[in-house]
Amino acid sequence: MESSAKVDVPAVDMRGIVKRFPGVLANDHVDLTVYEGEVHALLGENGAGKSTLMNILSGLYQPDEGEIRVRGERVSFGSPKDAIRQGIGMIHQHFMLVPSFSVAENIMLGMDEPRFLLDPQKIEGTVRELSERYNLDVDPSSKIWQLSVGEQQRVEVLKMLYRGATILIMDEPTAVLTPQEVEDLFQTLRGMAKSGHTIIFISHKLDEVLAIADRITVLRRGRLEAAGVEASSVTKKELAHLMVGREVLFRIEKKPAKAGEVVMEVEDLQAEDDKGLPALKGVSLQVRSGEILGLAGVAGNGQRELAQAICGLRPVMGGVVRVHGKEVTNAAPVVLIKEGVAYIPEDRHGVGSVPNLSVAENLALRNYRWPPIGNGWRINRVALRKQAVELVQTFDIVTPSIDTPSRLLSGGNLQKMILARELSGDPRVVIAVHPTRGLDVGATEAVHRLLLQERDQGAGVLLISEDLDEILSLADRIAVIYEGQIMSVVDAEDADIEELGLQMAGTRVGAGAEKGEA
Amino acid sequence: MSTGTEGLVSGNPGPRSWRVKIERRLEQPRWLMWISPIILILAALAVGAVLLSIVGVDPRLAYSRIFSAAFGTPAGWLRGEIYPLSDTTVKATPLILTGVGVALAFRMRMWNIGAEGQLFIGAWATTGVALHLLSPETSPWIMIPAMMLAGFLGGALYGAIPGVLKAWLNVNEIITTLMLNYVAIFFNNYFIYGPWALRGFGLSPRFPRNAWLPRLMDLSDRFPIFRGLTAHLGILFGVAAVVVVWYILKYTKWGYEIRVIGDNPEAARYAGMNLKRNIVLVMMVSGGLAGLAGMSELSGVVHLLQERFSPGYGFTAIIIAWLAKLNPWGVILVSYLFGGLLVGGDQIQPFGIVQMLNGIILFVVIGGELLLQYRVRILRPERIVERAAEASGS
Ligand SMILES: Nc1ncnc2c1ncn2[C@@H]1O[C@H](COP(=O)(O)OP(=O)(O)OP(=O)(O)O)[C@@H](O)[C@H]1O
Ligand SMILES: [Mg+2]
Repeated sequence: MESSAKVDVPAVDMRGIVKRFPGVLANDHVDLTVYEGEVHALLGENGAGKSTLMNILSGLYQPDEGEIRVRGERVSFGSPKDAIRQGIGMIHQHFMLVPSFSVAENIMLGMDEPRFLLDPQKIEGTVRELSERYNLDVDPSSKIWQLSVGEQQRVEVLKMLYRGATILIMDEPTAVLTPQEVEDLFQTLRGMAKSGHTIIFISHKLDEVLAIADRITVLRRGRLEAAGVEASSVTKKELAHLMVGREVLFRIEKKPAKAGEVVMEVEDLQAEDDKGLPALKGVSLQVRSGEILGLAGVAGNGQRELAQAICGLRPVMGGVVRVHGKEVTNAAPVVLIKEGVAYIPEDRHGVGSVPNLSVAENLALRNYRWPPIGNGWRINRVALRKQAVELVQTFDIVTPSIDTPSRLLSGGNLQKMILARELSGDPRVVIAVHPTRGLDVGATEAVHRLLLQERDQGAGVLLISEDLDEILSLADRIAVIYEGQIMSVVDAEDADIEELGLQMAGTRVGAGAEKGEA
Repeated sequence: MSTGTEGLVSGNPGPRSWRVKIERRLEQPRWLMWISPIILILAALAVGAVLLSIVGVDPRLAYSRIFSAAFGTPAGWLRGEIYPLSDTTVKATPLILTGVGVALAFRMRMWNIGAEGQLFIGAWATTGVALHLLSPETSPWIMIPAMMLAGFLGGALYGAIPGVLKAWLNVNEIITTLMLNYVAIFFNNYFIYGPWALRGFGLSPRFPRNAWLPRLMDLSDRFPIFRGLTAHLGILFGVAAVVVVWYILKYTKWGYEIRVIGDNPEAARYAGMNLKRNIVLVMMVSGGLAGLAGMSELSGVVHLLQERFSPGYGFTAIIIAWLAKLNPWGVILVSYLFGGLLVGGDQIQPFGIVQMLNGIILFVVIGGELLLQYRVRILRPERIVERAAEASGS
């Protein structure tokens, strides 16, 4: 009773939480205290145990030890339903929506209340009201598959609000958002915090964390590293140090490129998106050996389609794709693999990995055809396991064992597994789509080094990213894509951030466009 | 919005006592995976025992009858009576072949529920070879392999139809394979009542001796203990099929592709695997094994084509594959269990007990699978007492 009156009773108080998985101690006596109305950031390396801790708080996992208090009351959750009854709702790293259902239907899904009688009108009304109140712009009657990632996330938030969540957990919500969407989300979160909601927020992007969080908790290898630090009292460098336990440079040394002949080019490429609308409207690009071509642009402007069209995963409606001068337009994906084209897809769960197969078998997805792993029509399991042991070590993949199913890896380690597979085969062309999305600062640095190393060994790299800083620090030449067209291609030295930004938003800039033709 | 005091019931510890909590397992531990089928089958037998005593049958008696009919008794074994095992082997043979074929398709998430039809077409093709294509004097060394080939090919081509429809037109294979079962049975009937009928009886003429698979009893001159035993060479086809499928899945590129496609077809496409070809291939091998089961049943047991030579082996195969967790070796074990039930069923009264047990096993196993995804935790009372004290104290 008195708990609601006292201000200093935390909204969430987790004490001594321990969670073991076979072979891993994911949480080792972790404490977390979050106050009402604050935005609390949870930081830590890949595999530090952040998602695990939040899964415990939201009732998905049960802790092996430790206690949880919500507004002073000791609780123990058997399922997420128990947690939502206490007002705790979580939005996961990958969304849990049904694509063929409408927004309103998804919000209804799994609710106890109207079992058989659905009143779509009423639900849509309520949803509309919520979305206005919290500035979450989305049409309740549209189907999930029609929505952008940012909109889907808004649906997840609405779903939780509709269920009465007052404590909202968001696991890496910004990893998949465009800068504008991030701004919108922060607006919403601030509004929610003001109206008394409590927000726990996981992110690897330190700038964002400093911008939005009131206080910060840092985990490292399952242990508490810093508890509830005031965001105003730390710097980005200090945070990075807390996370990985060493100095992080945020800058990468890079030698000048020694660009050679063209290894991959697309000419006047045209392709459609999933809805059958034109996504690429005549894209021409050349990637030379020994260089990194950065393709900047806000997500959803044709980047995904471009990568897929090159790799034979999406029909090309017009134009040409060449690798080493050989035409491979609409070739089967295996042809591209044989030509030494490595592809790091943006969707690591849906495309990049096979969830129930072991890490070792996932690592062989690209080269199981050839010796030493492929041996005629057979698979050499000894070689397969040997490769896995080596890659896990070289690429620093944190996994209980090479036989662990890949679905049990943390988000960042899954990404490292994909990178290890794609980059280990000495590729001649690398197409990397958001390669550092969801990676911690240390791992990001490692990936950047790997890409540069590939470049220095003579591979041509097409780096597709919406993170302008990433592009600026890695690319030798920079192209900007907007609505399926290339706005410009410039040398990295001549790049002007303002100009790039304008072009990403669709404004043609004289100087840049001129160079683009060259 | 929740105020924090409502809805505490479920999340909150109850009175000061031991509390049992049921929670979902994240991972099924390995040991549980292996022993769970055994636990579940024992549980099914226990449920069956209760039902049996309700209808006035002594369950111990019924079970021991079934068991001794299916597998023999220790005393019998000492006396050299192995005919129950032989009978059970006869029933297990087609179950193993169809079961392992179904398991292979299921591994790729091709829901082939058409093994029954594929078995019939295999049997039909076998009959064609044995009665019409080859002369009765053909040496068994040619006759039997030709029949095996015909049986396998018949089933394989029949399995290819839903495979092709799925691969190129994306037609749901559950529906096509199910429908094709009936088509196959009618197709078969046409032949046994029409062109191949023996005086319009719904039976084909008997196969020539050279088209019979050797049985244990054929060796009774040399081994008197085999006198009267009907187990035939088909069981070796079954075991060989299990070994081959196991090897394919574990040690070949094709098996690797099957497992990748079964788990995430998008990733398979991305990895350059040919989905269409694999769908058709898997359906062909799966259907081929069912066709081989049809061959082995005709050539080893029935020796002619008739309307009801299969009591639904191809359907039971689905249950078997599932119970075996799609593991080829598991298929042998489960097939023997079901084979034993079939044999035992002929021996006990009232008729129908075995069907009932079959039903109970299926029911308990499917339900129990779900239950085993949860675990029970017992919370010690002092934690709760501590909380109760706080709640009243502070
Ligand atoms: N269900 C599970 N079974 C076994 N191990 C698991 C399971 N879930 C997580 N793990 C392991 O626990 C550790 C912590 O994982 P967690 O997902 O909490 O990391 P994280 O901090 O969210 O990392 P990331 O930033 O990469 O998302 C990892 O080593 C992971 O492999
Ligand atoms: Mg995580």
